[in-house]
Amino acid sequence: MSDLTKLTIAEARDGLKAKKFSAVELAAAHITAMDSARGLNAFITETPEKAIENATASDARLAKGEEGKLEGIPLAIKDLFCTKGTLTTAASHILDGFKPEYESTVTSNLWNAGAVMLGKVNLDEFAMGSSNETSYYGNVVNPWRRQTDDQPLVPGGSSGGSASAVAANLAMGATGTDTGGSIRQPAAFTGIVGMKPTYGRCSRWGTVAFASSLDQAGPMTRTVRDAAIMLEAMAGFDPKDSTSVDMEVPNFEAALTGDVKGLKVGIPKEYRLDGMSAEIEALWNQGIEWLKAAGAEIIDISLPHTKYALPAYYIVAPAEASSNLARYDGVRYGLRVEGEDLADMYSRTRAEGFGAEVKRRILIGTYALSAGYYDAYYLKAQKVRTRIAEDFREAFKTVDTILTPTAPSAAFAFGEKGTDPLEMYLNDVFTVPASLAGLPGISVPSGLSSDGLPLGLQLLGRPFDEETVIRTAGVLEEAAAFDAAPTAWWRG
Amino acid sequence: MSLDKATVAKVANLARIRVEENDLEPLANELNAILGWVEQLSEVDTENVAPMTSVAEMSLRWRDDEVTDGGYQQQVVANAPAEEDGFFAVPKVIE
Amino acid sequence: MPRQLLGGEVDMGMIIQGATGDWEVVIGLEVHAQVTSKAKLFSGSATEYGAEQNTQVSFIDAAMPGMLPVINRAAVEQAVRTGLGLKAQINKFSVFDRKNYFYADLPQGYQISQFQQPIVGKGVLTIDLKDGETREIGITRLHLEQDAGKSIHDQHPSMSLIDLNRSGVALMEIVSEPDLRSPEEAAAYVKKLRSILRYLGTCDGNMEEGSMRADVNVSVRRPGEGFGTRCEMKNINSVRFMQQAIIYEANRQVDIIEAGGTVDQETRLYDPVKGETRSMRSKEEAHDYRYFPDPDLLPLEFDDAFVEKLKSELPELPDEKKNRFITELGISPYDAGVLVAEKEVADYFEAVAKGRDAKLAANWVTGELFGNLNRTGKSLSESPVSADALGDLIGLIKDGTISNRIAKEVFEEMFETGKAAADIVEEKGLKQVSDTGAIEAAIDEVIAANEDKVAEYRAGKDKLLGFFMGQVMKATGGKANPGVVNKLLKPKLDG
Repeated sequence: MSDLTKLTIAEARDGLKAKKFSAVELAAAHITAMDSARGLNAFITETPEKAIENATASDARLAKGEEGKLEGIPLAIKDLFCTKGTLTTAASHILDGFKPEYESTVTSNLWNAGAVMLGKVNLDEFAMGSSNETSYYGNVVNPWRRQTDDQPLVPGGSSGGSASAVAANLAMGATGTDTGGSIRQPAAFTGIVGMKPTYGRCSRWGTVAFASSLDQAGPMTRTVRDAAIMLEAMAGFDPKDSTSVDMEVPNFEAALTGDVKGLKVGIPKEYRLDGMSAEIEALWNQGIEWLKAAGAEIIDISLPHTKYALPAYYIVAPAEASSNLARYDGVRYGLRVEGEDLADMYSRTRAEGFGAEVKRRILIGTYALSAGYYDAYYLKAQKVRTRIAEDFREAFKTVDTILTPTAPSAAFAFGEKGTDPLEMYLNDVFTVPASLAGLPGISVPSGLSSDGLPLGLQLLGRPFDEETVIRTAGVLEEAAAFDAAPTAWWRG
Repeated sequence: MSLDKATVAKVANLARIRVEENDLEPLANELNAILGWVEQLSEVDTENVAPMTSVAEMSLRWRDDEVTDGGYQQQVVANAPAEEDGFFAVPKVIE
Repeated sequence: MPRQLLGGEVDMGMIIQGATGDWEVVIGLEVHAQVTSKAKLFSGSATEYGAEQNTQVSFIDAAMPGMLPVINRAAVEQAVRTGLGLKAQINKFSVFDRKNYFYADLPQGYQISQFQQPIVGKGVLTIDLKDGETREIGITRLHLEQDAGKSIHDQHPSMSLIDLNRSGVALMEIVSEPDLRSPEEAAAYVKKLRSILRYLGTCDGNMEEGSMRADVNVSVRRPGEGFGTRCEMKNINSVRFMQQAIIYEANRQVDIIEAGGTVDQETRLYDPVKGETRSMRSKEEAHDYRYFPDPDLLPLEFDDAFVEKLKSELPELPDEKKNRFITELGISPYDAGVLVAEKEVADYFEAVAKGRDAKLAANWVTGELFGNLNRTGKSLSESPVSADALGDLIGLIKDGTISNRIAKEVFEEMFETGKAAADIVEEKGLKQVSDTGAIEAAIDEVIAANEDKVAEYRAGKDKLLGFFMGQVMKATGGKANPGVVNKLLKPKLDG
């Protein structure tokens, strides 16, 4: 039955409907896979009993022909989504023992569509990181290894557990959240599809906040079609989130027409960085050729403020985070470290509860908002952000989608990036601009690096035009015919 | 703009994060490296540019004035590190 | 502080006579008024006062991870109504900011407030002074914000207990210009603001329950010179304490300056037990609120039609009502001021006066009714005499059924028993006698019994007419119609 874990969501859906196997069998196959993959450290909390319970209910609905869009599909949930009665940690010590009394809107939508919960997957602490090295629950390991050595590699971040779980066939799909690239970059590092929809498409209610104006949930799956199916179930207007957009959710799967004839694809010159790796550049050119061959029109465009996106992001996101994370004070939930008095309790709790990267960002954000510096940092960054959004608006007057690499490199080894936070931040150079502008983006596995690691290409679209992004991604996926898979060394 | 140890200590206090004295210096260096890199934003002309307040072009939705929530004291305090008779309990605050 | 306070005559402000000359007191108020609404500003939990701890708390109010604010329409409407009532500029575009600080009863670690772009801008409030004079006090702004929870320090030996029932309740912060010049003016301002809010129905004005609290800014200066350094006293919840705090604080500042010192700008706590203010600097320690627009919310926007609709539905406010009472009902400015101060009183009075002699109604409400309520310690809502019942009594006076004097007796009985005026008059046979035969008989009796006085009268002692009136009234048990007595008595005395 282990073959069941290799199915796509679309195939599993059809198989369940045709009664080729049951939802319980499908769940059991994934529980077995999960059991054998602890070496990846993808999960913080496994919920096999819940999976079987959900799958049993799915089988009952399937029998009655009352199945939802994701009926019986086993999913992993990034441990940033609050799940009622199940430990929710944001991979932080500060949320020790926290079991929410409520369910996030996105996960509610998934369960309402019939999905099965396998467990809560690891991430960078509070989603702050690009390598999944900042989790209190330890590093997540990428299922992929270089052909040349056995060094463990990072899965990317912050949705590293989601990426590893999907890439290693432990789950058919996983939820991710993307603030500056946290879905797309780990998808690229693990050879899967990751999609960040338009800001406002998925509700943020019940998802632990990192940077409110940037955070957006999205699907991580093995195919573009699966991403479309899963996004459709996750998305939707939520009156409980003031930034949720009251708009019909399209049938995203139907967008996969395979036809991009006449579609205008923009290639932003500013993304050709000095010192860009040759294989990334080659991959990008290959992507251009594939789309051209499929009948798309390639247009050179300019996004002049691209280089300022990262520094703007590293002010805006920490500033919002410094405020969002003020609620972790040891009073109402999570860790408390006693102190001499209330203020001392706060500062000891927060010193012990937050890891180094989270503290660094809180301090940067606090400083950027403090009296005398607000204008120079936060206000300036928000103005630059307007400039970046205008660049995209201008570009989308002439093109329908934009093609870029997802990340500047393939997955790297633990510790390889050294201790300089800035070096790590540069990982998000291609993903952050669209985050700042709130645009939809997808990463599609498109090739292998010289040492056999997956590489991704990114497509960006107009606000709420996920359909064009999905359609183009489908064509790119077909042309790339990416069928490499990591060897299952972790089972050994 | 460069942060010294005293500023880092002040910011850490504002953020209620205890930082040991000998961690201040390395932290100041790290933060300065990041802020130095951010300085490049000053190259961007932002004259007459409005700061971004929301990415979606929409206006704030209002809910109706109805009591639809609350009334579950036990769930509110269920995760509390210290609870007394339905209250959250914290070290005594002397006013 | 041995120094004498001059003034108290409110229109000239309070002058402190220091050793080096006169000092003027400058006061500005920030009033926090709880918005009257069923649910909280950004969550659907209830706002009722006095509920069991943490029962009116949603996951949003407790700042659980991932919880998000959604604004309550009623709070927006109430703020706009209040702005209109203060004749203020309504901002159709305003922004919610986060004010960041840590405190045990502030679960989010920030308060959602409005900093740079409030919903209401400049306005004006007319305060009523003792002699019927008025003065206009500038309103700087009004903004919406969340209330914090409550810390209880005296229920546990080693812990403070946190109740979040208030957390997230909508407040309006109403900021005045530093236009007030005496404790009496400050008191008049709070009373008038409270009155307007209650008329509008936007705040119940209940200071004991904390629905209205004031932060008081006080500074002193030489008359006519620029402003001095101010100190702020937070969270004062009684008008009397506010006045005491102002007097203490103004004198403290004069003492410092006259001793050659300078006043530090700081937050001070007023201790009503000791009757003094003291520094809270230890708690302040470098507040830096790091305001920035709340990314969970979008700017608050509405159109002219929204404002116009609310405007068209506004009730008559105390100033307009007072004017109408004076010009249309002929009531004295003083009485009119008393009658409109509380909407409840104004409503009562209008019910009494409806279709009747308004001046007479005003006299009865401010005289007998208030007197009896005061004496018995009852509020108007507890009055045993309803507006209709009092109106009926006035009707009986007006149509000559009873005299004014008898009416007072009847009123006492009404207040005592809650019976209707007509029933009391009937039961006790208090109906006024206008029958000339009966009155003539009484007059004749009185004349016969007082022949000496009649002689004096006839000899020119006119003043005795009053004596005979009194005797006749007495003889009829007070029931004789005084007009009829008057008409019949004189010819008979004149012989």
